[in-house]
Amino acid sequence: MQNEKIPFKNPFSLQVDPELFKPATEEEKAQQIQTRESVSFMKDALRRLGHNRIAMACIVVILLIALIAFIVPEFYPYTYTKQDVSAKYLAPFHYSAKEQAKIDKGVSIFPHIMGTDALGRDYAIRVIYGTRISLLVGIFSALIVILVGIIYGSISGYFGGRVDNIMMRIVDIIYALPDVLIVILLSVAIKDIVSTSKNVLITKLGAGMVSIFIVFGLLYWVGMARQVRGQILSIKEQEYVLASRSIGASAARIIRKHMIPNCVSVIIIVAAMQIPSAIFTESFLSFLGLGVSIPMPSLGSLASDARAGLNSYPFLLIYPAMSIFMIVLSFNLLGNGLRDAFDPKLRS
Amino acid sequence: MQHLLEVKDLQTTFFTASGEVKAVGSVSFNLDKGKVLGIVGESGSGKSVTAYSILQILTHPGRIVGGSVKLNGKELVGIPEDEMRKVRGNQISIIFQDPMTSLNPVFTIGNQLMEAIILHTNRTHEQAKERAIEMLQLVGINEPEKRIHQYAYELSGGMRQRVMIAMALACEPDILIADEPTTALDVTIQAQILELMSDLQKKLGMAIIMITHDLGVIANMCDEVVVMYAGRICERGTAPEIFYNPRHEYTRGLLRSIPNIDNDDKARLIPIAGTPVDLLNLPKGCPFAPRCERAMKVCLYEFPSEYWVAKDHIASCWVNVLENIGTPLEALGGQDAAKGIVTEGEEAAQ
Amino acid sequence: MNSKFLVYMLKRLGMALLTIFLVIAITFFVMHAIPASPFSSEKAKSDAVIKALEIKYGFDKPLGVQFMNYLWGVLHFDFGLSTAWVGFTVSGLIVNAFGYSASIGFSAALIAIILGVLFGCLAALNRGRWPDKIIQVVTTALVSMPSFVVATLLLLTFSYVWKVLPSMGTQPGGMVMPILSLSLYPMAYITRLQRSSMLDVLSADYIRTARAKGVKSSKVIYKHALKNALTPVITYAGPMMAYILTGSMVVENIFSVPGLGRLFTNSMLRTDYMMIMGVTIFLAAMIILMNFLSDVLYKVMDPRIDLA
Repeated sequence: MQNEKIPFKNPFSLQVDPELFKPATEEEKAQQIQTRESVSFMKDALRRLGHNRIAMACIVVILLIALIAFIVPEFYPYTYTKQDVSAKYLAPFHYSAKEQAKIDKGVSIFPHIMGTDALGRDYAIRVIYGTRISLLVGIFSALIVILVGIIYGSISGYFGGRVDNIMMRIVDIIYALPDVLIVILLSVAIKDIVSTSKNVLITKLGAGMVSIFIVFGLLYWVGMARQVRGQILSIKEQEYVLASRSIGASAARIIRKHMIPNCVSVIIIVAAMQIPSAIFTESFLSFLGLGVSIPMPSLGSLASDARAGLNSYPFLLIYPAMSIFMIVLSFNLLGNGLRDAFDPKLRS
Repeated sequence: MQHLLEVKDLQTTFFTASGEVKAVGSVSFNLDKGKVLGIVGESGSGKSVTAYSILQILTHPGRIVGGSVKLNGKELVGIPEDEMRKVRGNQISIIFQDPMTSLNPVFTIGNQLMEAIILHTNRTHEQAKERAIEMLQLVGINEPEKRIHQYAYELSGGMRQRVMIAMALACEPDILIADEPTTALDVTIQAQILELMSDLQKKLGMAIIMITHDLGVIANMCDEVVVMYAGRICERGTAPEIFYNPRHEYTRGLLRSIPNIDNDDKARLIPIAGTPVDLLNLPKGCPFAPRCERAMKVCLYEFPSEYWVAKDHIASCWVNVLENIGTPLEALGGQDAAKGIVTEGEEAAQ
Repeated sequence: MNSKFLVYMLKRLGMALLTIFLVIAITFFVMHAIPASPFSSEKAKSDAVIKALEIKYGFDKPLGVQFMNYLWGVLHFDFGLSTAWVGFTVSGLIVNAFGYSASIGFSAALIAIILGVLFGCLAALNRGRWPDKIIQVVTTALVSMPSFVVATLLLLTFSYVWKVLPSMGTQPGGMVMPILSLSLYPMAYITRLQRSSMLDVLSADYIRTARAKGVKSSKVIYKHALKNALTPVITYAGPMMAYILTGSMVVENIFSVPGLGRLFTNSMLRTDYMMIMGVTIFLAAMIILMNFLSDVLYKVMDPRIDLA
């Protein structure tokens, strides 16, 4: 062998300890390896979300807002309709002359935390009700979008071929329609119908709400459908689907059991972004007067009404504006956090 | 004796949010004019990062943290960016693995070819265009005048890689680095591209650094070989030496795992046991030790120093020390001093 | 390449025309589904008068015929007569009002695009450092504020608290706040879009190739990266137009600008159905046109075959 001919000098730089040259045991080798434990995708994503402080804070804020919006009115001493002309335009925590007189007599009157509006109605409760409307719109729109979008998208994606082609053509057309205009159009049209309707639910909701729900049901689900379809198309190629098919599973079962759980991340992300968009639209319509019917307040209509006394009573604008801002901001940040957690490839 | 490229103790680390990734722990090798050097290793071994470090095109959290790279004696590490830019594409060029994504989709290939030419030479627009057409012809693309106006998506995989080669060689560099140039291509196209590179190398006389995980490519094309694992060099030497006289357990594992066409139908494939190392948690000693059959306790605690084990063959493996093979490189005064030492057999042959 | 491009353009054009047609149809039939007559809300008229008015405006003919007539008119840019502003044609009023809306909208769009791309690139190139962090915070906030909130807050701040800007759009300097109100949201949106698109592009292989060729950093950015990064922003052009046009409804209201938006809201109040239909179709056509133009521009910037 060639090696023997190479002059061998003692490796003086190395203190040769014959002990060290004994073979290493398996345990010793294993110690050197630190493998990271494998977790399921969902757990991993949720863990990532949990570490995202901003997203967690948003969840807390949203829950808090929801709590206030839905629970507080039950206990609150004021209603959103009660007018008191003598208590017009009170600044926050001020009392009207009449109320002050009562207090002096020993009656305890709950303070107007946000003051009162032009008709003497307690503003805080009105803002709270407005918030409730916004949250309801957000949640229900998201639900509609999820439901219709998932069903449509998964059918289209699963069956593929001509069915998919036609369904996606329809989606393209719907996608091209200017949705806000149609919402406005429908609101204008429905406003008339609503005012003459006997249906309690419809009159209470108001033209804006009804048209929002209709339009969301008809138009807004397309984004979700497209995403779900895309996911399904890529999952379809995976082997476990083929395996399922070969043992005779029905289309519905395959869709339900294999495909939809894998779409969860996409669904969550798209739905989370729908909510602020819906709230925007609702407040916009209410601002224009096309939303909920008076006296039910919406954050948008409150902002619009505040314009009249803007110079002298700016707080009438600030409160609803800040509320919209807080709600939408929280959902936006939460949406960002969800996207980072469930789809790290998209991480900014 | 000056080598064309001298890489000494090069170290590159990625400072990521999860921790420091020592992609290149310490790499040293030399490249001479007109030679083909192969760098072989699995994914994550640091071969590509080594190449990017030479050209200093590392992406964001990566930085060279030590060592030196000398081109014709001139140090490259630490020089100002504008000087380095004159080297890139001009004296040292690189072609990448996936030609589809390596070409800008919104510009014509002519535009991209001419850009390299205009950048480093004094040619006018017209002259650059001529040169571009010339290069396309050189790499074997037909109808080059037409191709100049086409976009990357209009060409096949093999053609795109030829375009990349044309772009890299347009300014007649001294060194061409090829980072897995054929991995993304069909097997038949692979052979064509390798042949093209071989021809061009003979014609133009540049040195090539061929980065690959495919031992077949190495055997085909390379004069010298560097075997890498987890950011360190296992062994380096001439191709015949590495193939016929491997002196590192990892190399032996790689060679053993090559399926042999002469084997029995039922013969099992022999993989290397274990999983690739996590660069975030590098073990203390030799990174291959946890997977090594002949690992000893010393392997787990201390990284083996470089040993001169045969003519033009340096390895870092404690097994050699156990078997009393070779001498430490330091003791010999470094690689070049060691080159002077010939074996008895060669003396007799002279 | 050219013929493929032409085919693509024609397909997109066909789609645009189909969509406009659908919008006209939807608008028409929705409006006519309203049980109340457009005149019944006016000061009390006798039935005979209402009947006469209906004949004059052509509301007595069967629905299908009315639709065909209407469609024919629209093709000639004739949207009929306004019922609220007697004596004026819908198209005439639209044209009058369009000037104001166009100047505000166009300025807002320009500001949004230029500043949006600028800030987006700034954020991407300084990833993780303080300019990026500030930009991210500010844009997140702006994207959470609907146009009417921005507009009313601006009005409050600059017209009432610090009396520096006029509250009416028609007064000198009065265009500043309307333009600002309409541009802030799209600008923030584009900034975020551009930032993430730029980050994607900057990590692409072809950028690595450009650097490896020895191209200067600044050139890598504005030649190699930018062209690729701008494409998502182009696809936003249509939705941006939609936002600005619908946003103008509130903004023009707040700042008393006699533009299309205010025309629309007024015609809603006065139940001028012809007007409502005409403005809706006009606005929709603008949006659809914008979508078409952005599709074409996208193809020009990125010549890859459209597989949609």
